Amino acid sequence: MTQPNAFSQQPDAEGRFGQFGGRYVAETLMPNILALEEAYEHYKNDPDFIAEFDEFSRDFVGRPSPLYFAERLTEEFGGAKIWFKRDELNHTGAHKINNCLGQVLLAKRMGKTRIIAETGAGQHGVATATVAARFGLPCEVFMGATDVKRQKPNVFRMNLLGAKIHAVTSGRGTLKDAMNEALRDWVTYPDETFYVIGTVAGPHPYPAMVRDFQSVIGREAREQMLERIGRLPDAAVACIGGGSNAMGLFHPFLEDEGVRLIGVEAAGKGLDTPDHAASLNGGRPGILHGNKTYLLQDEDGQITEGHSISAGLDYPGIGPEHAFLHDVGRAEYRSATDAEALEMFQLCSQKEGIIPALEPAHALARVRDLAKELGKDGVILMNMCGRGDKDVFSVAEALGVEL
Amino acid sequence: MTRLAPTFAALKSDNRAGFVAYVMAGDPDADTTLKMMQGLADKGADVLELGVPFTDPMADGPTIQRAAIRALESGMTLKGVLALVKRFRETHKDTPVVLMGYANPFFAYGFEKFASDAAAAGADGVICVDIPPEEDTEFRSALDANGLSFVRLAAPTTDDKRLPQVVAHTSGFVYYVSTTGVTGAGSGATGDIEAAVARVRAASGLPVAVGFGVKTPERAQEIGKVADTVVVGSAIVEELATKGVDQALHLAGTLADAAHSAR
Ligand SMILES: Cc1ncc(COP(=O)(O)O)c(C=O)c1O
Repeated sequence: MTQPNAFSQQPDAEGRFGQFGGRYVAETLMPNILALEEAYEHYKNDPDFIAEFDEFSRDFVGRPSPLYFAERLTEEFGGAKIWFKRDELNHTGAHKINNCLGQVLLAKRMGKTRIIAETGAGQHGVATATVAARFGLPCEVFMGATDVKRQKPNVFRMNLLGAKIHAVTSGRGTLKDAMNEALRDWVTYPDETFYVIGTVAGPHPYPAMVRDFQSVIGREAREQMLERIGRLPDAAVACIGGGSNAMGLFHPFLEDEGVRLIGVEAAGKGLDTPDHAASLNGGRPGILHGNKTYLLQDEDGQITEGHSISAGLDYPGIGPEHAFLHDVGRAEYRSATDAEALEMFQLCSQKEGIIPALEPAHALARVRDLAKELGKDGVILMNMCGRGDKDVFSVAEALGVEL
Repeated sequence: MTRLAPTFAALKSDNRAGFVAYVMAGDPDADTTLKMMQGLADKGADVLELGVPFTDPMADGPTIQRAAIRALESGMTLKGVLALVKRFRETHKDTPVVLMGYANPFFAYGFEKFASDAAAAGADGVICVDIPPEEDTEFRSALDANGLSFVRLAAPTTDDKRLPQVVAHTSGFVYYVSTTGVTGAGSGATGDIEAAVARVRAASGLPVAVGFGVKTPERAQEIGKVADTVVVGSAIVEELATKGVDQALHLAGTLADAAHSAR
């Protein structure tokens, strides 16, 4: 289907990554999607746009993020050397802001006067509210009512930043329902609204655009590896909710054949139970939220709820580029359970003095196996895509500790 | 050829506005839906739009969202929707039935298999909210091959440049969404709708149905003056949910009369 050297040339003009991706939206939104694509194609090569993105990445987000040798975990796991790309040090504590910055800068150039976003755990909502505040644009965030209850600190943060929160009660009140509601809002106010999607999903051009904004992670990491140890890693590992931090890490390595790319999905209570959020390992292709990709669904094509201890991972879909990389075999997709993530959350805190978010704690569980698999000569690069401050309450609860 | 063409031809020769009634399959159960379908046809609905429930109805407001949840809870599936059409055809041979839903259930069923089963059941066409012209090749060819219409939606945001592409492969009629927004919200200004209907009619050469936000006989009459046919969904669904079959059918009857007497 595709030549090996075409991995990084996706998507095609129709927004397809192999059979995945595309633009499955209501007609009301189609003209908007096409206008967004046109604007993005223009500005992504515009020197002023790039300069502004770089300037704010440096001064506001805090880039480049360091590359860090995780010496004590390397010792603990007893195999390959482990390096962290420290995107948890970004302003607002995760990789999410890289993308929000890009999209809000684009919204301004397109003359949009209102920002909307969906959020699950609240990380993307906080990052969007942060950037919108900085650029003086009103921001409304759609968040499932269940998540509003689970993530009170982030709701308060968004309020502090001046954003308006809509608690979404449709469906089960989680991330996918928030996304539906954001799409409904966009259908209602298409002219003035810019919808900042938080991951590499949605209709074209979002998967490609979000990936491009997040690729700063992989570009920096690739350069830093060469500078520090004079070689590329044997494997690059990242957790996967919708797949934006993973795609941002992977993309600059797609043509480096020797670098294995490994995404880690949330296995929740186990892939053999209904309570997981592993779209590639436990779903099948379908159409949702504007694109064709792997989805958690029943026989009849009804979407089922994802489950993960990490609210940032329980999305029932995955970005279409991952679906493509999975099917052509360029990337491998594994999973980690809630229990493994909890274990790694504590281990990383104790060994490295870094409290990771629950999301990258999933990735760390597979880094442990991989370290043994690759042996002492191996080198693993893992994206530490978020810090765990937001998770201390849910981890305490899971461990039976009362705060 | 489907039942749509003769239906619209008859309306045209009578110079009458038509009435399209929407009901969600399986809300709250299959037998009730069958009663609704039969009753709607008997009360004067010229075309039935049968909703295929989906967990994530991105273009629907709260009324139809709740109907979809009730339908799914009653165990309705796409297979069950086709069984309903088949039962309806035992008593009503001529009223066209158009299935309205979202891409994934059709995709999961298999476009080809669905098209052939839907034709066999006696359906006439499909409206799929989230398959724009850019993505329709596979589904449309399957429907074409089985003699089913692919009814496309045009929106206020569809400009003159895009309109020809939107209506190019539409058959039966074109569904004009009267306002930017979800089902059940307000409808657009009548003057704007009139201009849009003229545009869509000129571009497509097809009858134009106008829906989204039509709730009362008065509004149905206003829309019936400017459109070929009037679509009512949420108002009927809401009446059914709160007052039951008889009241919902009574409302549908007044809406049908209003549309039919608009000109
Ligand atoms: C720290 C962190 N990592 C990962 C994710 C998952 O998103 P993605 O797979 O798009 O990187 C989230 C989402 O909220 C997050 O907050």
